[in-house]
Amino acid sequence: MTATTLFGLCGAALVGLGLFGVVVHPQPLRKILAFNLLGGGVFLLFGAIARRGAAAGMGADPVPQAMVITGIVVAFSATALAVALVLRLFEATGGASLNSDPPRTEPAAGPDG
Amino acid sequence: MPHPDAISAASTSGGALLVVAIVLPIVGVLLALALGGRHAERVALALMPTLLAVAAAIALCVWRTGEIAQYVVGGWAPPLGVAFRADGLSAAMALTTGVVATAIALFARPAFATAPGGGETRGPLVFWTLLIAICGALNAIWFGGDLFTLYVALELLTFGAVPLVCLDGRPETIAAALRYLLFALFGSVLYLLGTVVLYGAYGTLDIVLLADRVRAVPISWIAAALMTAGLLAKTALFPLHLWLPPAHAGAPAAGSALLSALVVKGSFFLVVRLWFDVMPGLPDQAAAQILGALGASAIIFGSVLALRQARLKLLIAYSTVAQIGYLFFLFPLAPKSFVAASGAALAWSGVAWTGGILQMISHAVAKAAMFMAAGLLGEALGHDRIAGFGGVGRVLPMTVAAFALGGMSLMGLPPSGGFVAKWLLLTAAVAEGQWWWAVVILIGGLLAAGYVFRVLGPAFARSEAPITLRAPVSRQREAVVLALAVCALLLGFLPLKASELLEIGRPDTAEVAPR
Repeated sequence: MTATTLFGLCGAALVGLGLFGVVVHPQPLRKILAFNLLGGGVFLLFGAIARRGAAAGMGADPVPQAMVITGIVVAFSATALAVALVLRLFEATGGASLNSDPPRTEPAAGPDG
Repeated sequence: MPHPDAISAASTSGGALLVVAIVLPIVGVLLALALGGRHAERVALALMPTLLAVAAAIALCVWRTGEIAQYVVGGWAPPLGVAFRADGLSAAMALTTGVVATAIALFARPAFATAPGGGETRGPLVFWTLLIAICGALNAIWFGGDLFTLYVALELLTFGAVPLVCLDGRPETIAAALRYLLFALFGSVLYLLGTVVLYGAYGTLDIVLLADRVRAVPISWIAAALMTAGLLAKTALFPLHLWLPPAHAGAPAAGSALLSALVVKGSFFLVVRLWFDVMPGLPDQAAAQILGALGASAIIFGSVLALRQARLKLLIAYSTVAQIGYLFFLFPLAPKSFVAASGAALAWSGVAWTGGILQMISHAVAKAAMFMAAGLLGEALGHDRIAGFGGVGRVLPMTVAAFALGGMSLMGLPPSGGFVAKWLLLTAAVAEGQWWWAVVILIGGLLAAGYVFRVLGPAFARSEAPITLRAPVSRQREAVVLALAVCALLLGFLPLKASELLEIGRPDTAEVAPR
């Protein structure tokens, strides 16, 4: 097994773990962490692809690396925004769960919505 | 988009306009943040008509040349560099963005004003900055020429849209914003994963280059499935719509209009780009039927839930869920590759294409008008319970008329833009022998009539007690809303020639022949 394959498999495993976390955990903070895991897996996969696509004489294809850096910045901003919202929600309600308020469509149809 | 040979790697004459349309809002955001206070409002108010003018210039340029306008950043041709391109569809969407955003800015002025001499407050500063940011992100989506630029634009759009939801800081709106953000992040990371897979398989992310390289092999299908699933979560297609109603109903009226009219169209536009431009060589009959079926379920569920809402803004938000469903009829009805297509079937797919895009545009205009009308009603009455609307049509005739005109477009009553869009989709469905979509379109129209008349009925009824308005409603704001609603109506009178704009940059039949 080459290093590239190993990295690729690790990336795939991280994506799998992240997807599981995002879907299964109800708490927003855990979802945010799982999202970061998922993002990390995608970036690792991209790195492995860059390595695989290296042209003769180069260590790796530079284009995916530039994209990964941009992607990390975007993921970081997304996490910051999400954490800020969780904090605001905690300040306002004393909890940071999304289950306390109507999660489905039905309760909104009540007499006072 | 045409074959790579047909498009040179150099910028076209109108290409610089595309950069202006993207850079101006970015400069505007920085200016608004740096100057702050009342200046943010001035910057936004000056910028919206400017962006409209730029979009009109781009549309004119694309219309005149009949070709895609392109700008190659820094002169580095793809795949090494990044290109921005405007085909007829992007030009039409940019124009729609300009019109709707200008109306929203004029409408929002009194609601997000900073008192002269008063200090800077958070609400107005955030609103005006985000309005500019969303316009910039949308323009980047309409004109982006490679999948990674589109990813960044999509994320910018999310970051602009989410804070709009919780502008008033009530706990339930914060929760709605958080749920929206989590859905959106999940969607964009799936999109990014699909992009990575495509890059690994084909070594480029440029749309025109990809269109030539993509083959119908499993890896293309995996990438297409990942990206489509991610974008559907952002577009709130049933069953991924749960985040939309609380988010769109909780935002202030101007924000709801922006979110419902334009923001959801951004991710839908990328689904169209993906299937029609990036992967024209992928046979898509099964996938198209699935997308169409999800759209049909969205129409039925969204409309039925809209009928059951007690609050006006939630009703309009659920109607957005339903109207998004119509857009997805584009995929089964306007297939881009025919294995054994005759000339007639191809002509009908062009009709469906025009219908689907017109639905996207007319829904944007009509829904913005309806959300703003709902905002005026809510401000005037102090509540938005439909049961308490008795006789309001006599007090605020212009607002209720605007709501009714927007509703006509949703129902598909002639002569509105929504009518033409749904009629084109309906005839295409019947002519192509896919009558089941036609049935859903008709049922959806009836249900839409039901929920619109649920509001108009009491509004135009004679009320026993005279209505007292909690706050006076400015005639100017009413006029803005009515003007936008009239635009939704006028879309129905567009000459047939205008639909040729939407065809510019579409691949010819020979180019998408199955490989």
